[in-house]
Amino acid sequence: MLENHIVEINNVNKQMTAQEVRLCGLLLQEHFGDVVEKVGTHLIRSGVLTLRALAHETKLPLDLVKKSLCVLMQHGMCAFGAGRRGPAGPVEYHIICERILHMLRYPRYIYTAKSLYGDTGELIVEEILQRGQMTMSSTVKTVADRLTHNMPEGQSMDYSEVVSAFSRLVETHFLQRCPPMASAESSSSGADNTPLPAVTQPTEPEDHPECYKLPYINLTGQGKRRRSSEDGEADPRAAKKAKTDSSERGDEGIYWQVNFQRFHLHFRDQAIISAVSCKLDQTSSEIVRTMLRMSEVTTPTHAAFTQALSANEIFRALPSSYNIARPILDQYLTLLVDDPMEFVGKTGDSGGGMYVVNLHRALANLARATLESVVQERFGSRSARIFRLLLRKRHLEQKQVEDFAMVPAKEAKDMLYTLLSENLVQLQEIPKTPDYAPSRTFYLYTVNQLPTARLLLQHCYKTVGNLIERRLYETKENKRLLEKSQRIEAILASLQATGAEAAQLTEVEEMITAPERQQLESLRHHINKLDSSENQVDETIFLLESYINSTQAPR
Amino acid sequence: MAGSRGRGRSQFTFNVDALGFGRGDSLPTSAQTPSPLFPPMQFRPVPLQTGEEVDYMLALKQELRASSKNLPFHIKAARTKTDVARYSDKYQNGELKNNCIEWSPDWSRMPKELCIKVRKPRKTAIGAKPQLKQKPKVAAKKEEVLQKLETLEKREEEQHSEEEEDEEKKKQNDEEEGPDADEDYDEEEIEDVRKKNHYNLIDNILQSLWCRHLRISFFLRFFQTQKEMSYVKKNIFFCVPQSKESHMV
Repeated sequence: MLENHIVEINNVNKQMTAQEVRLCGLLLQEHFGDVVEKVGTHLIRSGVLTLRALAHETKLPLDLVKKSLCVLMQHGMCAFGAGRRGPAGPVEYHIICERILHMLRYPRYIYTAKSLYGDTGELIVEEILQRGQMTMSSTVKTVADRLTHNMPEGQSMDYSEVVSAFSRLVETHFLQRCPPMASAESSSSGADNTPLPAVTQPTEPEDHPECYKLPYINLTGQGKRRRSSEDGEADPRAAKKAKTDSSERGDEGIYWQVNFQRFHLHFRDQAIISAVSCKLDQTSSEIVRTMLRMSEVTTPTHAAFTQALSANEIFRALPSSYNIARPILDQYLTLLVDDPMEFVGKTGDSGGGMYVVNLHRALANLARATLESVVQERFGSRSARIFRLLLRKRHLEQKQVEDFAMVPAKEAKDMLYTLLSENLVQLQEIPKTPDYAPSRTFYLYTVNQLPTARLLLQHCYKTVGNLIERRLYETKENKRLLEKSQRIEAILASLQATGAEAAQLTEVEEMITAPERQQLESLRHHINKLDSSENQVDETIFLLESYINSTQAPR
Repeated sequence: MAGSRGRGRSQFTFNVDALGFGRGDSLPTSAQTPSPLFPPMQFRPVPLQTGEEVDYMLALKQELRASSKNLPFHIKAARTKTDVARYSDKYQNGELKNNCIEWSPDWSRMPKELCIKVRKPRKTAIGAKPQLKQKPKVAAKKEEVLQKLETLEKREEEQHSEEEEDEEKKKQNDEEEGPDADEDYDEEEIEDVRKKNHYNLIDNILQSLWCRHLRISFFLRFFQTQKEMSYVKKNIFFCVPQSKESHMV
């Protein structure tokens, strides 16, 4: 019991950087409002706090703090545990920051579900993401209703189809059960010490043996079409009704959450496959895709490489549309192994050759390519050449840099100093004598990939924070115009619903003048651009985060 | 070294070439101000990715952002009223209260100290029973009052335009739907709801009557109880619609 408690404290004290805290605050504000943002950021900064301390320090009414904590816990962003005084003392809460940062990636998760499992899968994942955790029956009902709403009149979506999509998501581990809470024995704390590591360590839900077991529910029926008068229906009603129903359906208390880890593995695989297809060709990427697909279930999460696969197995598992002969496959595999990117490695000769995909090395190479690309786009191709040189050759003197990079001395010096001031390149002193005299010391330039990746990741967090703030600023500046256009759209919609003439419609439309229309158009364009940039920076964040996590020892 | 301070003063102690510039070259000027907030970029940034996937994710992102504002997880602090306290505040609907939570979490998964009263949502038709009782009552009351108004009108021989009639009918319809939709099906509050409907009705009549420029004394006759009369007198100024024609006769 005590060991669990200590483990929990160690995991809780992961320090968040200022940029991460700022970004978390902005994301919380966007999705949950100012109150939750205030509570959340304060809790991130303080680490671990009790309810009373939190209410006192944020100077918010106790009820609001309670509500915010409920929201955060519903979404898995906050966890609680027995406090410092043991189970008899007040409960302490802490924030799981990475879950908040995952909010940036929600569109990507939903789109992936769509591409793998169609519209049904997409809606299931979207519902569960928006609500944090849901029971299976309530998810099925809500999704069936939503699908029915979009279908032409007279058709409706059957529950069984949604159930089958849900089952497929669970089988491939994209959804998992929320770790159960031990029943409360003492009145002060709601959960005992046993499941506490379960909520702090992300892999713990997998330790529960029934993590991916579907409950038996007797759910038959079809989605109901919502009438337009019920559109203002508050969601609690549906959730409450579904909750009371789920106790009849047989899966009360079994909540499902999105398994972010699995999605991340999928993204990683996608990144590797697209890198191979860019560097080599389509067929090689298909081979790598086959290898990754075969080792999906057998590879543990933090493994450095997949399980060894023989060439025979790979040949049998290739999709039938790729009709390549066996010797050609061998040639492709040899090519992949010889490639300097080292995506695929050969570990033996049995079965026609045993091959593995080098996951960690692939991630490292992808991160390196990202760093090089950043330097190239910011400082030019010659600076990029110097950067790549230093990455490969580790330590070089000023003179050597000029020679190897084939850059004139003055410019090389200039570029090196620029990179040095941006902290992308470091200076290493190697003394010849113990007194570090400048005339008798070597000054070597060097690049360390891991610290540079961390630096770049912080830059990315800052970038996304800036993008969000700029978008909020743009929206605030044009608030009056946006409200006016919304009102006019509402008027137009109601006029059209009641069947007004075209003259009336044009009259209402003319209430927005042409320059205002232009302003609105440019505002929309800017906001789209900012949003799109956020999505794109998030891809870089994912790559760098995966690389950094892969270098850390598994917990 | 201390010994060599007097001699070789002009010599550098290290090999100058290692620095990258020779003697006598002008050193770059030192910075006087911090670097600018938006430094000019040497190279233009690469354009954003385009494509169907990108557009879809963009639309998803904006949709998620808009819909998350309507979910009950979006918590807004209750506004503290700063202006005059009104009698109708007690019966007016739907101000956010801090001590209610708008969705029902699974309390068994949370510490007991977080338990808050779950507030039932207002705009639903689950409580069909109280609603059915209200409708005929409200309708009946309205019918009575309307009849009295009609007779009064004929006596006064006022001209009213078609627009005003339509406006008033629309208002009445709106007001009728208003109290119905705003009902709470909590049993304790049914009494309050009836009262609220009643006062909404009074407000409505006051508004429509102002459109017709009638005397106050005439319509004060319709209000039986002391409470109603005092309410009407108190709220007479607040119920006046902002039209140029309204004036007290």
